Amino acid sequence: MARSTTTQRKALNTAFAWGIGLLIFFPILWTILTSFKTEATAIADPPVFVGFEWTLENYTAVLERSNYARFLWNSIIIAGGSTILGIIIAVPAAWSMAFVPSKRTKDILMWMLSTKMLPAVGVLYPIYLLFIKLGILDTRVGLTIVLMLINLPIIVWMLYTYFKEIPGEILEAARMDGASLREEVIYILTPMAIPGIASTLLLNVILAWNEAFWTLNLTAAKAAPLTAFIASYSSPEGLFYAKLSAASTMAIAPILVLGWFSQKQLVSGLTFGAVK
Amino acid sequence: MFVKNALRAATAISLIAAGGASAETITIATVNNGDMIRMQGLTDDFTAKTGHEVEWVTLEENVLRQRVTTDITTKGGQFDIMTIGMYETPIWGANGWLVALDNLSEEYDAADILPAMAGGLSHEGTLYAAPFYGESSMIMYRTDLMEKAGLDMPKAPTWDFIREAAAAMTDRDNEINGICLRGKAGWGEGGAFITAMSNSFGARWFDMDWNAQFDSEAWANTLNFYKGMMDESGPAGYATNGFNENLSLFQQGKCGMWIDATVAASFVTNPEDSTVADQVGFALAPDTGLGKRSNWLWAWALAIPAGSQKQDAATQFIEWATSKEYIELVAAKEGWANVPPGARISLYENPNYQAVPFAQMTLDSILSADPNDSTVEESPYVGVQFAAIPEFAGIATEVSQEFSAAYAGQQTVEEALAKAQALTNDAMEAAGYR
Repeated sequence: MARSTTTQRKALNTAFAWGIGLLIFFPILWTILTSFKTEATAIADPPVFVGFEWTLENYTAVLERSNYARFLWNSIIIAGGSTILGIIIAVPAAWSMAFVPSKRTKDILMWMLSTKMLPAVGVLYPIYLLFIKLGILDTRVGLTIVLMLINLPIIVWMLYTYFKEIPGEILEAARMDGASLREEVIYILTPMAIPGIASTLLLNVILAWNEAFWTLNLTAAKAAPLTAFIASYSSPEGLFYAKLSAASTMAIAPILVLGWFSQKQLVSGLTFGAVK
Repeated sequence: MFVKNALRAATAISLIAAGGASAETITIATVNNGDMIRMQGLTDDFTAKTGHEVEWVTLEENVLRQRVTTDITTKGGQFDIMTIGMYETPIWGANGWLVALDNLSEEYDAADILPAMAGGLSHEGTLYAAPFYGESSMIMYRTDLMEKAGLDMPKAPTWDFIREAAAAMTDRDNEINGICLRGKAGWGEGGAFITAMSNSFGARWFDMDWNAQFDSEAWANTLNFYKGMMDESGPAGYATNGFNENLSLFQQGKCGMWIDATVAASFVTNPEDSTVADQVGFALAPDTGLGKRSNWLWAWALAIPAGSQKQDAATQFIEWATSKEYIELVAAKEGWANVPPGARISLYENPNYQAVPFAQMTLDSILSADPNDSTVEESPYVGVQFAAIPEFAGIATEVSQEFSAAYAGQQTVEEALAKAQALTNDAMEAAGYR
């Protein structure tokens, strides 16, 4: 009896988890489906779920009009570059906060996080003027730096949490064996924190990939990533939902695939240290 | 293909050599509207003629407005041409942010631009942006439903007739709403519609001393009429409907009448997208007999920011994109119904274009709106559905939020008008007008 209750509960939990998962995934699924409809079918009321004539005309139209490869390449460089740069800066910062904390470490961490609470538009003009002076408007370098800076607090916080779970004695032993600080961080700490670093890396790639304020406001024709590609298909005067959906699907596809293949690392990293 | 490309290259090289100028790459910021997208597709023609390359930055209207405003106010110089409207042009021209278009070539024939458009895109008589396409608003209605209701749509109806017709056409059982109108918050959405409508009811935003006028009887009449009619005959949730929502309803046969931008005529009569394409009639926007109709006037225009380093190439592009030859190019490739409307007088004299069903009504609507004299009582501002002052966009967005809340039943019309009066006067005082 007890066994059957457990099986039933397991089935219920599974069904519940699938329900929540589908609910979260539904908007993405709907976008993908809409991208294969004609514009007229896309606005049909009641909405047509699957029983429609599938077409690739929206993808053809989008590819004819926009240079998708250039937007994609910009996204890869900006998202990848800002994340790697962020990790390089954040690893030593998180190490010092986790293993040689001072009286003010907690305050510094809170202060770093508080910068995320400022509405981005509040600093748009200063940043824009700074970019003009430095000559980095509409460049991948400029955008990589900005995205690295806005995601840095999250990277430091995540790494700090993971590093705190690593026993300090292991690092102490390495030091006693004659390891320098650089060797301690590179050869001892980093390999032990690989799951944490991997999940931090993946999460920040996703955040940088989807960032749509700075990427729209600091770019024009040269460095615009996929967020600008999507924005170019949104129109307040005209129903182009199917084309907008095709552009959105093409923009999220790479990150969706990356997330799908790395979900194991992502989950293990996010739950790292959750259970002692 | 090789021969075609070689010829193009040869033409470009000879033109560049003749002009003694080097080929440039210009960057153009624009909106994702059908006519603009069509222009992007025809850019090769411009490159073949001048040798200049074009890079496009296409953005959604509100994003574009924020993006180009940031760039022009900081002299960022990211764009050589910006697509802006009638609201920004006189303000930016007055601030010295735009290059005056006073050296256009003779062949361009600037005198051919519709006077209403040229007037709205000028500051102190100087043109600062060339209209790419212009629009007004008009009534689009279902001829079959009107006939079924036993009514005849006059060419220039009154609001009372529209309300009566809307009630007669409404058939809730078959999901047909007698009338669909914008109610969505936003100065360019529901705000534009209600301001244009208020002109016909004798209302105005400000008196000659820049005092808000929302405490007037004319504004109360406007809002009460709008809400009463929409509650009787409008679609559910009309307080959140904008252009696209109403377009979708009309195309699916769920609206008896729709009063909105003239540019919508080509959408609702396109059989590929519209289920009622062959049952659409047009009429002038309604009035109340006070001498002003309720249609607006708008143009998407091309302007050169003062910070551009490629002003000559940019001027050449503007001359190409807003020329008579461009209109003929579009007509040859995509048909006369798809040429950019509302910018040139000669277009409406062309017999080919006169055959397009909505051409004359579009012109009549544009001609009946005067941005320099839009209200029954005298007003201190230029603009039909807006007041061309920098503060207007912010104030009107807040006012339209109050109005939308009244449409949704979250507050009364009186409460919405009282709040609009207070917030407008506060903002105008803070800005130094009062």
